[in-house]
Amino acid sequence: MTNSWTDIKNTDLVIVMGGNAAEAHPCGFKWVTEAKAHRGAKLIVVDPRFTRTAAVSDYYAPIRPGSDIVFLMAMIRWMIENDKVQWDYVKNYTNAAYIVKDEFGWSDGLFTGYDEEKRDYDKSSWDYVIGPDGFAEVDMTLQHPRCVWNLLKEHVSRYTPELVEQVCGTPRDRFLHIAEMIGECSSPTKTMTSMYALGWTQHSKGSQNIRGMAMLQLILGNIGVRGGGMNALRGHSNIQGLTDIGLMSNLIPGYLAIPSEKEVDFTTYMSSRGNKPLRPGQTSYWQNYPKFMVSFMKAMWGDSATADNDWAYDYLPKLDVANYDILRMFEMMNNGQVNLYFCQGFNPLLSFPNRAKVTAALSKLKMLVVMDPLETETAHFWQNHGIHNPVDSAAIQTEVLELPSSCFAEDEGALVNSGRWLQWHWAAGAPPGEAMHDTWIMAQIFLKVRELYRTEGGAYADPILNLSWDYADENEPTPAELAMELNGRALEDVYDPKDPTKLIVAKGKQLLNFSQVQGDGSTMSACWIYGGCWNEDGNNMARRDNNDPDETGAFSNWAFSWPLNRRILYNRASADLHGKPWDPSRKLLEWNGEKWTGYDVPDISPTAKPEEVMPFIMNGEGVSRLFSRGLMRDGPFPTHMEPFESPIANVFNAELRGNPVARVFKDDFEQFGTSEEFPIVATSYRLTEHFHFWTKHNKINASLQPEFFVEISEQLAAERGIKKGGWVRVWSKRGAVYAKALVTKRLKPMQCGDQLVHVIGVPLHWGFMGAARKGWGPNSMTPFVGDANVETPEFKAFLVNIEPSTGEAVS
Amino acid sequence: MNIDLSRRGFLRLAGAGVAATSLGAMGFGDAQAAEEAHVRPFKLATTTETRNTCPYCSVACGVIMYSRGDAKAGDKAQILHIEGDADHPTNRGTLCPKGAALKDFVNAETRLTRPRYRAAGGTEWQDISWDDALTKIARALKDDRDANFVAQNEAGTTVNRWLTTGFLAASATTNETAWLTYKVVRSMGILGFDNQARV
Repeated sequence: MTNSWTDIKNTDLVIVMGGNAAEAHPCGFKWVTEAKAHRGAKLIVVDPRFTRTAAVSDYYAPIRPGSDIVFLMAMIRWMIENDKVQWDYVKNYTNAAYIVKDEFGWSDGLFTGYDEEKRDYDKSSWDYVIGPDGFAEVDMTLQHPRCVWNLLKEHVSRYTPELVEQVCGTPRDRFLHIAEMIGECSSPTKTMTSMYALGWTQHSKGSQNIRGMAMLQLILGNIGVRGGGMNALRGHSNIQGLTDIGLMSNLIPGYLAIPSEKEVDFTTYMSSRGNKPLRPGQTSYWQNYPKFMVSFMKAMWGDSATADNDWAYDYLPKLDVANYDILRMFEMMNNGQVNLYFCQGFNPLLSFPNRAKVTAALSKLKMLVVMDPLETETAHFWQNHGIHNPVDSAAIQTEVLELPSSCFAEDEGALVNSGRWLQWHWAAGAPPGEAMHDTWIMAQIFLKVRELYRTEGGAYADPILNLSWDYADENEPTPAELAMELNGRALEDVYDPKDPTKLIVAKGKQLLNFSQVQGDGSTMSACWIYGGCWNEDGNNMARRDNNDPDETGAFSNWAFSWPLNRRILYNRASADLHGKPWDPSRKLLEWNGEKWTGYDVPDISPTAKPEEVMPFIMNGEGVSRLFSRGLMRDGPFPTHMEPFESPIANVFNAELRGNPVARVFKDDFEQFGTSEEFPIVATSYRLTEHFHFWTKHNKINASLQPEFFVEISEQLAAERGIKKGGWVRVWSKRGAVYAKALVTKRLKPMQCGDQLVHVIGVPLHWGFMGAARKGWGPNSMTPFVGDANVETPEFKAFLVNIEPSTGEAVS
Repeated sequence: MNIDLSRRGFLRLAGAGVAATSLGAMGFGDAQAAEEAHVRPFKLATTTETRNTCPYCSVACGVIMYSRGDAKAGDKAQILHIEGDADHPTNRGTLCPKGAALKDFVNAETRLTRPRYRAAGGTEWQDISWDDALTKIARALKDDRDANFVAQNEAGTTVNRWLTTGFLAASATTNETAWLTYKVVRSMGILGFDNQARV
């Protein structure tokens, strides 16, 4: 989230599209209710299903799964045509004025540079014209035919309300009504917030869905302001923290990158980072990249990381592909190329697409290690559970170790909520039986492996032998010790580079924040963005002062919000070019002639002059991007792409299937279904009574929603002879499930052009372990393909067929 | 809000006072004694209160856990009750149907209590000691890494990666567990590393 849960009370208009906050984030959704009750805010819901969020909305519109980009681009078109643009914001705080290379273009659903063979773009034309002074050329009058604004106008011109009706199945009048509601928020004193979740991410073009709304929010001037923002409602309690700390194939903590093998040394690695400013006088904060990187390497390898050995650059593994993401790893596993696999609190047998493939892949491992508080399906993938897990145990040669770990109530530490608050929590009980903390388990595994390397030697042992392990009890590092490493400390006395007599921070002291992080090896900091979470003031994540001066919703002394305890990202953009708040009643920051003052920590140098330094300091431009240059694989603007399995051909180019640059493995291509065989669109979702596959282990939630079902419309039920509460079989090209039919009015067939499209809903909470009845989830049927940029699987739009099933599906 | 006497403690004391004075004022001296003799003390009065956040979605509602015994003092504490934290700015004491049932998650019958091992081709779990389990894992890691570690690519560039072992981390663990996990996994050269954020 750019903003926070408590900030939502400041909004005038909430759009929930790509999510279902009332059901999946109920206590956060309370702030929508607050805004409605006390500010008169309105709520719009756009969703294939009339969700529980829709039930309390002011206006609802249906949309066919996987057609969001058409809706969003049409919305931008409508804003431009009807002059619902916050012009001062767009001209000054976005790259609308930047001139784009002449070679860039779009036709037949594709941008320039497409290579069908490689399923990739040559992105060299997707960039600015750079002038002789080394800076990007701009035309602040927005008259230049090649400026971003005019290219955007042309790009969205194809997305008419008629096209929305035809492709999205959203009635034209509903689209136009929503456009008028949203258009009001182009006023500097009105704002809209976007709340979205996996309804947008779980598509083969999920990143572009989100960009579409981000662009709309920029055009309306709604980023960086109270009550505005792009608010990703994250699905797990610390999914934000694990992303921040970079527990992903290609990441280093604080959104640094694991090097590619083309970056042969540290200098080469740094040469493409630390972006130079693209306009005069801009901050381009990533110029500090070397400091963050060196301090990370010092956190990992201490004295073994020196300037002489490139800060132990060789210790880091180098990528030969973009990612060894989950889909790629299971593809490799299924090809017999993976031997050992660890699942720490993760249940891939129910979480990853094409469950039959996941089972086959796990069966080819030599060893699977599961650490979890609960009996998961993954740990039992080899166990026969009849129709619910029909495996031949004897044929599965995988050794499995199941290690009992503690749960939240028995553990201490910080979780990062969706609004980037790092909140400390304490243990109230002991883990049951022999269950142990994950920190103890990880320490034991490490110490035993290190011991083997010490005694036996072996393949490149240096990064293991030299890993910094400076803990009072090496067998179980404490949460406090680890949190202090995340913050960082001085390894030497650090002096002010401008005044060498001035000591900034003494050796051994915790760094105040990331402004003290150094690139010469004199500091260590595991995750620079967390700088300030545990400094010499103590554990700021444990702060519990819930005062909120002037009731802005900031709660600045509650816990710690990264970065720098900033509560709203890009908050400089809440004021006009001269530093005056756009909306005095929603002031966040104000320039007082000398510095920025107000309710939040400025997202800019506190003394950066307003007319000179622009608000988006993480970008070399200093402004936000309506045109994202070559930073995304599938285009600098979002363009409509159908799901890989769709009942409708791409309206711009019938030859295109799905996202033309998404990675698809050969066998998976063959397992895509067509609408001739599978005429019905399916989508997946959560219920408010359950959390993934955990709560089915507890009797209360298992009683509240005891049994797997699929949700279908009355029309489809009538068409197929399906009774309310009767059994159905639902199947895709990859697998089948049996379920009770929940026949509702919440889903209705959609008229897309001359085609009537049926949509069914498949909730995701059932498996074969725990207290609830045995069942299945959507992943038995979903396709094995992910988003072209981040490889998030396409769970939200796939094709199935359905028929009544006689008698109960027995296990 | 950072006062010594918590809001909850205050309500507890205030409630007891109201009951005693109203009975006394009505002249039921004996009745008061009899009443006090059979009224059970407030169940949570003797418990230890601990602050936590709900482990499910990312709203991260504040919760208060009540336990018999004090885990901080080293007791083998048992959690008796979990409820919303009224002081928490986000949820202000409210919980959803999942958060309200947290105690049943903590005490679920399917919580794991000891390490188990399933042999190749096996149909049943076997018990295994922690030390044996961890020794087996370390041995498997070492052998696989030594056999399959890629020090250089075909071009002769140092790449130091290990692709035949993968690790999925959990987005419900703490930052601190995450950082320790990161250190261990990356130091070994593993690139097949992800968490639920990918899904």
